[in-house]
Amino acid sequence: MEVADVHKRFGPQPVLRGTSFLIQAGEAVVIIGRSGGGKSILLKHLVGLLLPDSGQVRVFEQDLATMGERELLKVRRRFGMLFQMAALFDSLTVYENVGFVLRRERKHTEGEIRRLVAEALEMVDLPGIEHKMPSELSGGMRKRVGLARAIVYRPEIILYDEPTTGLDPIAASVIDALIRRVWRHLHVTSIAVTHDMKSARAISDRVLMLHEGCIYAQGSTAELLESTDPIISDFVNGVDNELAPDKTP
Amino acid sequence: MSRALAELGEFTRLVGEAIVSLRRQRPTWSEWIHQLYLIGVKSQSVVITTGAATGMVLCAQTFIQFHKVKMDTATGAVVSVGMCSELGPTLAALMLTARVGASMAAELGTMKVTEQVDALRTLATHPVDYLVVPRFLASLLAAPLLTAEAVLVGILASWLVGVHLLGIDSAYYLANMNKHTDPQDVIVGLIKATYFGGMIAMISCFKGLNCVGGAEGVGRATTEAVVACSITVLVSNFFLTLLLNAIFSH
Ligand SMILES: Nc1ncnc2c1ncn2[C@@H]1O[C@H](COP(=O)(O)OP(=O)(O)O)[C@@H](O)[C@H]1O
Ligand SMILES: [Mg+2]
Repeated sequence: MEVADVHKRFGPQPVLRGTSFLIQAGEAVVIIGRSGGGKSILLKHLVGLLLPDSGQVRVFEQDLATMGERELLKVRRRFGMLFQMAALFDSLTVYENVGFVLRRERKHTEGEIRRLVAEALEMVDLPGIEHKMPSELSGGMRKRVGLARAIVYRPEIILYDEPTTGLDPIAASVIDALIRRVWRHLHVTSIAVTHDMKSARAISDRVLMLHEGCIYAQGSTAELLESTDPIISDFVNGVDNELAPDKTP
Repeated sequence: MSRALAELGEFTRLVGEAIVSLRRQRPTWSEWIHQLYLIGVKSQSVVITTGAATGMVLCAQTFIQFHKVKMDTATGAVVSVGMCSELGPTLAALMLTARVGASMAAELGTMKVTEQVDALRTLATHPVDYLVVPRFLASLLAAPLLTAEAVLVGILASWLVGVHLLGIDSAYYLANMNKHTDPQDVIVGLIKATYFGGMIAMISCFKGLNCVGGAEGVGRATTEAVVACSITVLVSNFFLTLLLNAIFSH
């Protein structure tokens, strides 16, 4: 996967300003950056949910910007995505949510789909909740169902949008462990965006830092999180320059 | 002005995409049946009440005017023709707008702002195939049926009022009604209803899918959908009347 000089603006506000990076198959990568810094926007570019104003996103040797929505659907079949709020279909049961792609493809019998859905729910440690509605689940459970929905059809790349945001520390570390487990057992490429440093440490081998619409720095997780560069270490340690006491007038 | 034109262009693209989907994809029949139930079955009480109330008031008002010129028995004909070709389709469409259009815009709008539409797209499903086409087809079929129902109930109610309350002679009432109501009045009404049904579904889905911002955005999309549908129904009704009249009078 290659992102080359992607620019994106919403009205007058530039969000991505020349973002470029490469991700190899099988990597576990985290993209860190501030809230509102364009992380979700960047992630949506990787699957063609948004198209760049300029620049290229190349996935599986194809330039997404040159493809129509119906061609993109086929590319997206090779992706799994976990949304920030899980984005489960709230009119469908957990079973219908997780089995959504398989049931629409009609390549499997209903019995096979039942088995695959049960397996995926097992993988996220939520066996036997097929009949529940999303509204009956807690935030952490919804995310796990969202993860089951993303892995059940065996994608090659899985994208996570702030997988731990809004969860209590225990639910968050459960999710981190699951992401690691999925990456190891299913041999997928794992790309997460987050501002949670603990989570970044747990789930990635490599970190990219998005700052003001560009990739400011990248490196192995340990290396980057120990960096002495002021911008990186302020972010990692949660220091806000603008509010630092010596700068207040 | 340029914003309105841009929106019209976007809407045309959605309609085009729906046509592509209808030609190439197998519709999701389970969704279609579900929508047909929501639109058709659940609109019964509203459509029956509206139809009856309109038939009754139309009958009473026509009678009061016609009584002055001693044309009491022509009341049934006015009610019947008016209900079939104008009031039936328009009122049923306005009721559908309020009941169905609003809920479609709100539901799709909510799906949009909670990223469920994006989730659909990452799950290799085109929102138009899964969300728009079943609603469009269900509305297309339900609207003329509901209109026919409203018209029948309206005529029945007008007969009850005319004959039993206002004392018009039943035989003359029915005879005049039969004489002056042409099959084409009925056909015109059903064509209009089908058109309204399709437009209501498309406009409401369009407003829902283009919703931005949280709960406030959903509210805005719903209001815009109801306003746009109502105006479309009332304005296009006038042009449809002229157009269909030109076609059928040949
Ligand atoms: N559809 C949109 N229209 C206008 N602005 C948007 C839209 N989506 C996101 N933005 C803006 O883009 C910026 C980045 O958003 P986002 O990628 O969601 O940030 P985060 O890094 O927290 O995920 C935000 O400032 C937001 O206001
Ligand atoms: Mg975000």
